[in-house]
Amino acid sequence: MNILIKNGTLANDNQTDLYIENGIIVKMGQNLDFTCDVLIDAKNKLVAPGLVDMHCHLRDPGQEYKEDIVTGTKSAVMGGFTSVACMPNTTPVADNKIVISYIVNKAKEKAYANVYPIGAISKGLCGQQLAEMGDMKEAGAVAVSDDGKPVENANFMKNALLYANGFGLPVISHCEDMSLKNDGSMNEGYTSTYMGLRGISRASEEVMVSRECILAETYNVPVHIAHVSTKGSVEIVRQAKKRGVKVTCETCPHYFTLTEEMVEGFNTNAKMNPPLRTKEDVEAIVEGLKDGTIDAIATDHAPHAIDEKNCEFDMALNGIVGLETAFGLSYTYLVKTGILSTAELIEKLSTNPSRILKINKGELKEGAVADISVFDLDNQYTVKTEEFMSKSKNSPYDGFELYGKADTVIVKGKIVVEKGELK
Amino acid sequence: MFHGQKDLIGIKQLSRQQIEEILDVAKTMKYIINQPTKRTVYLQGKSIVTLFCENSTRTKLSFESAVKYMGGMAGSLSTSTSSTQKGESLLDTVKTINQMGTNCVIIRHSMSGTPEFIGKNVDACIINAGDGMNEHPTQALLDMFTIMEEKGKIEGLKVAIVGDIYHSRVARSDIYALTKLGAKVKISAPATLLPPYIEKLGVDVCETVDDAIKDADVVMALRIQNERQKNGLFPSTDEYSKFFGLNDERIKLAKPDAILMHPGPVNRGVELTPELADSERAVVLEQVTNGVAVRMAVLNCFLGGTYEHTN
Repeated sequence: MNILIKNGTLANDNQTDLYIENGIIVKMGQNLDFTCDVLIDAKNKLVAPGLVDMHCHLRDPGQEYKEDIVTGTKSAVMGGFTSVACMPNTTPVADNKIVISYIVNKAKEKAYANVYPIGAISKGLCGQQLAEMGDMKEAGAVAVSDDGKPVENANFMKNALLYANGFGLPVISHCEDMSLKNDGSMNEGYTSTYMGLRGISRASEEVMVSRECILAETYNVPVHIAHVSTKGSVEIVRQAKKRGVKVTCETCPHYFTLTEEMVEGFNTNAKMNPPLRTKEDVEAIVEGLKDGTIDAIATDHAPHAIDEKNCEFDMALNGIVGLETAFGLSYTYLVKTGILSTAELIEKLSTNPSRILKINKGELKEGAVADISVFDLDNQYTVKTEEFMSKSKNSPYDGFELYGKADTVIVKGKIVVEKGELK
Repeated sequence: MFHGQKDLIGIKQLSRQQIEEILDVAKTMKYIINQPTKRTVYLQGKSIVTLFCENSTRTKLSFESAVKYMGGMAGSLSTSTSSTQKGESLLDTVKTINQMGTNCVIIRHSMSGTPEFIGKNVDACIINAGDGMNEHPTQALLDMFTIMEEKGKIEGLKVAIVGDIYHSRVARSDIYALTKLGAKVKISAPATLLPPYIEKLGVDVCETVDDAIKDADVVMALRIQNERQKNGLFPSTDEYSKFFGLNDERIKLAKPDAILMHPGPVNRGVELTPELADSERAVVLEQVTNGVAVRMAVLNCFLGGTYEHTN
């Protein structure tokens, strides 16, 4: 199928047409004239490389009542993501080539977006024994992480970083010192005191961010820090980068759009890990995005069934769905406000995560696979969680007014979203 | 409904006027308790269930006595007997209770926010009998009632709260009530038992217990739970009682007529010396009686009881 996208605006504000043939971007330039099967008018719209989410939970295999590879990738493309990297805390854990192959094969057959599995660092996410990283890489894993369960033993983490680096696999670290977590269910601060909830200290995150930076520096290996949420973490990474440490990091839209007050009224859709922090932290996250300390914006898309959220606050599971709101939130809160340029935003949401995961996406150029997202930036829309393609609706953003909606999404030359509707 | 509120979730949600109205109604209720025949019909035809998912003796009995003295019908459920053991969610349990025509469910739960969560999901009136570290509103109301009885006012009084503030729902509810009613609150505790930013609730954090107690009209001691020591929050109960416990010497720093309160149960020899616990100024047992009176008042206010209060 041949597709011609006319009059689009690139992230760098240049006007261009794109001609796609057999899933490949064949030609880019102004006033292209090709006969085509489909003509897309992208006038006044942003034409961007398909977004890459380097951190999501597709819950498949094992927890398909929350999400599966099909619904998760439908949710992804509706949000403009053409590639997603899914975390290994499935049931069974993706700590071996069989589970990785299952994900790769099911995705190949049924997914709406490209799916890149992330394997576990340790067998069973237990932090005791290294998972078979070489095997998993051969089967299609693009990185390793024990996301959701921090690697507690520093020596084990050192070995994981060294071993994974030998295979060129990025290590994504969920930083949380469990001894400092204090059984907490929200940020430790005034709101936790006011609500009588146990607080999770920022130190719990920062102690381990420091450890990872020190290990990466000492052994000269790369490390990627997942979901940075505190001012202190941003500063630790900033200083480490200045010293030349091979550290990269991501944050999530909720860490630059929401604060701990969102939990008031025991709102379980504002319960996540790391927890929502304070205004001071939000400002630091924004600053980190601006000065490049924070490389990427990931969703940490964490679907949960209604009963897992409509319950006692301490029992509610952590996390929110994010694939269908990430771009709108990022565009509205970072670009509309003048903090980032559109080009910088696309780097955080596509180019950089692609580079960190080494998956050769995140760029619009002739010869590249046609993963393209066209966004309407001008029309405000209201987030309606009940309309999400995700099986789960656990989001604190219901009713938010945002800019930046995926209008057309093309994955490997196939149109999967057309005029904002799933095809 | 009490001034538009279906549930009693916490002191946080009450206005000063509402608190004062409950305390006023409680005066009549205390009079009833002291009569040889205690039966009234203020809650006749109302069905009230206590659902306690955490241990309690005095609060549960206090509520059940209150219901009986007012002619209401009391049912009772605790986690050991309810079907939550069979894997039913708490919400389903309460929905089931609600569906039996129950007017009011009195809930105690170890997790903060549970009464508020349940209240949003059922029609019955929900009364918080203590939730996690959040609130224990009827305890605060009975404490206010006791102070009013002893001191005739709350506005302008100096109140010291000493002990494990961090884990205490009683401390939080008392702080909200006292500050709303115009008292000056000073607190003191080992630094590991002080929650962050507690001063933002409008209290003075004192470096020593002596500083907190000095010239106080009311001294409130909080219970120290032994597991806190096991968790490394303080070294020993001996050291605790030496630096943070109340004794005859230390209490002399307070005003000569200062009263001593404790929500019970008392760890004698830890937060209070036995002598002090049994002293003239201790009003611990009066607090228990007042607990029934205040709970009667709360039930009358929130359940549309037939006792009509006139100012």
